[in-house]
Amino acid sequence: MIQRTLPAPGSLRRPIGFGLADVAVILGSLVLLALIARVGAGAFVAFVPPKNVPAISLDPRHLPYYAARSTLRMFIALAASFVFTFAYGYAAARSRYAERVLIPLLDILQSVPVLGFLSITVTGFIALFPGSLLGLEAASIFAIFTSQAWNMAFSFYQSLRTLPTDLSEATAAYGLPAWQRFVRLEIPAGMIGLIWNAMMSFGGGWFFLAASEAISVLNQQYTLPGIGSYVAAAVGAQDMRALGYAVLTMAVVIVAVDQLFWRPVIAWSDKFRLEQSAAAEAPQSWVYDLIRQSRASAALERFVAPAGDALTALLSSIKVPIGGRPFDPRRARIADRVFNVLLGAVVAGLVAAAVRFILSTVGFAEVGHVVGLGALTLLRVVVLLVFASLIWTPIGVAIGFSPRLARIAQPVALFLASFPANFIFPFATLAFIRLHVSIDYGSVLLMALGAQWYILFNSIAGASSIPTDLREMADDVGLTGFNRWRRLIVPGIFSSWVTGGITASGGAWNASIVSEVVTWGSSTLTASGLGAYIASATAKGDWPRITLGVGMMSIYVVGVNRILWRQLYALAERKYHL
Amino acid sequence: MIGTANAALILVENINKAFPLPDGKGEFTVLRDVNVRVARGEVVALLGRSGSGKSTLLRIMAGLIPASSGAVTSDGTKLTGPNPDVGMVFQSFALLPWLTVIENVELGLEARGVGRVERTKRALRAIDLVGLDGFESAYPKELSGGMKQRVGFARALVVEPKVLFLDEPFSALDVLTAENLRGEIDDLWNAGTFPAKSILIVTHNIEEAVFLADRVLVLGTNPGRVRGEVVIDLPRPHHRADERFKLLVEYLYTVMTKPDMDVTAGPSVRVPGAATPAPVKASPYARALPHVRVGTISGLLELIVESGDASVEIAHLSERLALPMDDLLAILDAATLLEFATITEGEVALTDLGRDYATTTILRSKDLFRGQVLAHAAIIATIAKTLQEKANKTMRADFFLDILDEHYPAEEAKRQFSTAIEWARYAELFEYDADEELLYIA
Repeated sequence: MIQRTLPAPGSLRRPIGFGLADVAVILGSLVLLALIARVGAGAFVAFVPPKNVPAISLDPRHLPYYAARSTLRMFIALAASFVFTFAYGYAAARSRYAERVLIPLLDILQSVPVLGFLSITVTGFIALFPGSLLGLEAASIFAIFTSQAWNMAFSFYQSLRTLPTDLSEATAAYGLPAWQRFVRLEIPAGMIGLIWNAMMSFGGGWFFLAASEAISVLNQQYTLPGIGSYVAAAVGAQDMRALGYAVLTMAVVIVAVDQLFWRPVIAWSDKFRLEQSAAAEAPQSWVYDLIRQSRASAALERFVAPAGDALTALLSSIKVPIGGRPFDPRRARIADRVFNVLLGAVVAGLVAAAVRFILSTVGFAEVGHVVGLGALTLLRVVVLLVFASLIWTPIGVAIGFSPRLARIAQPVALFLASFPANFIFPFATLAFIRLHVSIDYGSVLLMALGAQWYILFNSIAGASSIPTDLREMADDVGLTGFNRWRRLIVPGIFSSWVTGGITASGGAWNASIVSEVVTWGSSTLTASGLGAYIASATAKGDWPRITLGVGMMSIYVVGVNRILWRQLYALAERKYHL
Repeated sequence: MIGTANAALILVENINKAFPLPDGKGEFTVLRDVNVRVARGEVVALLGRSGSGKSTLLRIMAGLIPASSGAVTSDGTKLTGPNPDVGMVFQSFALLPWLTVIENVELGLEARGVGRVERTKRALRAIDLVGLDGFESAYPKELSGGMKQRVGFARALVVEPKVLFLDEPFSALDVLTAENLRGEIDDLWNAGTFPAKSILIVTHNIEEAVFLADRVLVLGTNPGRVRGEVVIDLPRPHHRADERFKLLVEYLYTVMTKPDMDVTAGPSVRVPGAATPAPVKASPYARALPHVRVGTISGLLELIVESGDASVEIAHLSERLALPMDDLLAILDAATLLEFATITEGEVALTDLGRDYATTTILRSKDLFRGQVLAHAAIIATIAKTLQEKANKTMRADFFLDILDEHYPAEEAKRQFSTAIEWARYAELFEYDADEELLYIA
């Protein structure tokens, strides 16, 4: 007999008539378009520093506009990150030679502090659009872009390298042109990882957005209308009320973006799961359900279909050589060797030029001094990680062991992780001034404000992934106290903790640039550390010191990654994989 | 009239395929000097065990991977890339999970630039043909395995390929579903309106080959090569109850369990004693272990003891255990390697040692197993000897993996290594510390 199962109810439910869903979707789209047009126009205003600089009003009625400007920046950066990701990931996965340059480069780019990129590029961007605010706008967007693009590109590259063989063969056997293979197989297969990465780094992006809207470069204070510069202005005016409003607005924006954008996108992307069986619990989103139920989206789809077909036909005619094995392995080996030598020469040349530049301008003694500053900041990061782990791991584990608590606490931890901690800095700064706490110690707390949540979030995730039968076994054999932690909990959450630790440490290094120098009104507290060094060099536009500081931070980050995190990852993979 | 040579749809001439071993340690030959012809209007089965390179051969014919030397001609044209005359059905279905049934079926048409309206029309017809109408807008994850493979067939047939390539299309399905779908495909073919001119099926299931094919090509292992051809001289459809059918199945079982036997045109002609001895390989590491768990060997032996008969037909065993042919053959390989069983004419019989092993206590069975492993499993015996000769009785795993790498592709080298460890641990010959990656004698 023919075996038949009924299709899921969802695939049979067809919307009937023109319903409320359509009204909501059409109205929502129109409002969104109008908002973008209104807010986007603000970027095209004259800007001739130092005379013509946009002023920030502390009137809370302007806050929604500022928040919208900031949010628009975030989304432009996100779009740019996706374009970059597809191009970069595709090139790296397709060409053996590109791969050998692009992937190590990605490793280095990932280690450069995001605000370091801002320091290096902001003058260039301002020069690119003389007399317009667009240059600053571009610099800010670029800073956010650098906080997202690298790990998205890496995620896409990895999914391209691990495409399921059978699917890859099927597209080859049916002769799919490169473009169709790209949109039918390669993008969908990488989609889930890509969106997850984008969402996590989008959350982190708010921090850099806030930091990049009000910056001082070349002894100049630059301001870009936005919620970050609103906070900066409030700090300058010592206006506690305005700060409170800003924090509230930011919280509303984060929740709104999550509900209106990320939830629907995640619910939509669930269909790109590679498992062939239905998932136990599919992610839900009311916005996504609304859009799916409306006929407006289906009508739009039909409307654009012919144009889509024409575009597909056009793009399908592009031929991409398949990155297959070279025909003669011996000749390929010689070509490889030549390539490696050339690449090595270029890298050595670049490093030599950088070293010469630094040594000829600031001298060897300064380099030694900066190494010491880096060690101080490293010490802060380590202290932060140790304390955050000691405090948040037990709490995270307690939450993770209770599914009901975990369901509530996990989104909260994620929210706290994406809330830009620099909005809270002024409150802490004020407390430091009043209580006479040295910023040398206080900056650890500031760095922790953002970074600690990653430890909490991953502890919860790790604890809830420990199988129930293992916990029951532990109860059964009477494993309690220290032994319970040693034998069950620590090994069980180890992988997750490593993920949390690596994210928190990256966040802390990045935050050091704004945590080691803080202001309240006219008083400025400066810690000694690498972050403060980069911040002051940027403010003065001191190129050799910017290069030295940013380079040193990259070396520290890469070094710690290689020496510590990579080993821990390998250990987690090998031994503690559940 | 066009001569018969021109009627060949797919012509494979002197194909060799070798993969380079890691670190330039030479090559591993997968296929040696293979010649295959698929004519218009016939169903050909490639029957072979794992390691016979049958899937590699199919992929070379489909133009998915290049041969090291030799040529594939498809309908008169020499292949340089994916074969446009072929529609392929995959063992794992290979459906894109994010596309609906109809979008999956349209994939090949879209690639050929067929317009939207025409595409939908043809796809619906193909979906109808495989009995899936009503499921056009379902996603693969909503379908059962059998229905997924129906989509796989629809996707292959919708492009009206000259040859339909089937890569073990029923082996991921449960027995009943496979039986059902196999029957339907056979019915479609016998009705004479099949959208393809010929079918080439890769399988390790002997009954399936005899049921579907007009000709069965038997492939041998190490390296993969065509051992011979068995013509299924039965009127279509082939009935299982037919005596000749049974005889053909039995004959193929015998051929498959005896790698050195000559394959003749059919069971009626038998050439006794014509077996050529396998070439003796110099290194003990080159004598591959069958990938079987120790417990499985004991399980099979106990089953034969309990049957009460002196010998059991392999075909029956395969049916009763519902084990894939490949797995069963590997277990039999292990049992014969260790001299626990012997195989004659498609039947397996226990040796006295095997009977003893299957019925004795755990401790004694371990002793017996250890003795046989040392005598016949060359890889393990050599590793044990090497460890014994070291003062600290400890060696790094890399040392042996490197040696194995010289004889097998990387994946297979690792599998050989882990099978050796599993057997050696059971035989208490040596131990393996996975953390330190050390082999040692306790």
